[in-house]
Parts: sequence; C-alpha cells; structure tokens
Amino acid sequence: MWPGRIWDAVRVRSMTVQLDFLKRIPYFSGVGLADLESIKKLIFEKTADRAEIVVLEGEPAENLFFVASGAVRVFKTSAEGKEQILNIVRPEESFNDIPVFDGGPNPASARTMGPVLLYGIKRNDMEAIVRNHPQIALNVTRVLAKRVRQLVSLVEDLSFRHVINRIAKILLEQIRDETSHVPRLTQQEMAAMAGTAREVVGRSLRELEEQGAIKLDRHRIIITDKEALQEIMAASS
Amino acid sequence: MAEMPAIDAQRCDGCGLCVNVCPCDALAIVDKVVTMIETAECNWCTDCEAVCHTGAITCPFEIVGQES
Repeated sequence: MWPGRIWDAVRVRSMTVQLDFLKRIPYFSGVGLADLESIKKLIFEKTADRAEIVVLEGEPAENLFFVASGAVRVFKTSAEGKEQILNIVRPEESFNDIPVFDGGPNPASARTMGPVLLYGIKRNDMEAIVRNHPQIALNVTRVLAKRVRQLVSLVEDLSFRHVINRIAKILLEQIRDETSHVPRLTQQEMAAMAGTAREVVGRSLRELEEQGAIKLDRHRIIITDKEALQEIMAASS
Repeated sequence: MAEMPAIDAQRCDGCGLCVNVCPCDALAIVDKVVTMIETAECNWCTDCEAVCHTGAITCPFEIVGQES
C-alpha cells in the first residue's frame, strides 16, 4: 500500500558523524565542543534510498532524526489515501521530534525524496541529553515552538481558508485574456497569490483534477471544465 | 525540445539538494551551480522546486484552456 520501500530497507552505517555538522543543527546551537563530543557518541547513522518510508504513522516512536544530506517529506495520509504534506525536512533539520518527547506514536509518516543520510538518536538518549544540558533544552523548546507556529498556520489554511476556491479563481484569471501570451505560474507563486503554503496548493490542484475541472499534464494545467471551475470559485463567497 | 524547469544561476548556492531529489537525473552541479540536463523522463514532479531554499529552480505551469 505504501508508495515506497519500508523502514527495514534502511541501512545502519558506520559511525562517521561530523562534529562540524552537529554544531550547525539547531538543537545543538551554542553547545560546547566537549559536550558535543559526548553527544556524538549517542548518534547513529542511517542511509536510505529514494522513496523509502523511514517513519510510519501510528508506529511507536523510537528515534529522533536529523537530516545530514538529502531531503525527507513528512506527510499524513487520509483513509482514502490522500496525502497532505506537513513539511519538507532539509539538511540540519529534524523530524519525528514530537513523539520522541511526548512518548506517543508517530503522528505522521516520513518518506525520503532522494538518497538520504540521517543522524538518529534513541528516544531515551535524547531525554537524557535534554536533562543534562539546559542549553539544548532551550534549543529544543525553540525548535518545537517554531514547528507549532508552522503547523498552526497550516491548520488555519486547511480549516478556515477556502484555498481550493482561490486557486480556481487564480486559474480562471490566467485564461481570461484571449491573447497569444500563455500564462505561467509556479506552485510557489500560486501560493503567494492565494495567501497559503505551497503544500496546500499541490493538494488543491490534485483536488481540482479529481473533480474534473482541470487536468495536470506535465508542465501544463489544462482547464477542462471552465464552468465547474467557476462553480468551485463561487463557492468561496 | 522538452520543457524543463527553469534555473536562476545567480540564486543557486550549489547545495545540490535538487540533484539529490530529482528522480530522473535531470540535474547536475557544474562549477558549483545547478545545471539542467534535458530529458524526456522529467515528469514535472516539482520536487526540485520544493526543496530549493533559495528559489533558484522553478517549475512554472502553463495554464491553458481545453481548446489550446
């Protein structure tokens, strides 16, 4: 069912964690070299290929991960199989923080976007690190606060704003002028125009396609049913 | 010639994340700047755009009516 190979395919690598890299991770900002050396001993490496599920929603959380190289997509999946991207995790950033600290199951899944190198810390080890290093406890608070702010913004987009209606409006506006000029917009630009996040635009475009209003054809958005798109747009008011 | 994502070399910091995530090997870092390799395999997944933190690589969609 999962669009990628699963966790057991992820390999544990020999220990070559770089101290310079650790210093750049927000969790360890301002931590002295001696402390970093001791933390380094608790970190393990894992590698994974493209499209591998490295964290599965609902499973017990065992490790906190930092991306050393590559990128990881964190997402939720609905019962119908629809995905909502929550975050893209880039080098030096972490994922699976929340269940590691609250002891609950993984609230979301994580899938690699390409070959990745991850640094992991076991849940119990992370708890001990936080207990013993006030600076890291403060850093963790900041990271989690930033995460909450980002998620609150996403909740606002998904709950209160009729983003799909605004995306419909934006698309209709682009084809209003019957000139030879072919309008071109990136998902980022549509997000900025609709006052939302890029992740929400991707989902809205897929929904519009499912409703038969548009067709995504590689680099083209073909408006296949203008009237349906107009109805979706009007539903926002 | 296939339509390919657009690159703004001035913005590229050569981090290589787009190369890492590209499923069709359409990107390479040459002289510390991302370079596009034209390929029919590019299916406009836009992952390169999604991971780029400087906005150097973009995947604009042409918006057209059914009759176009």
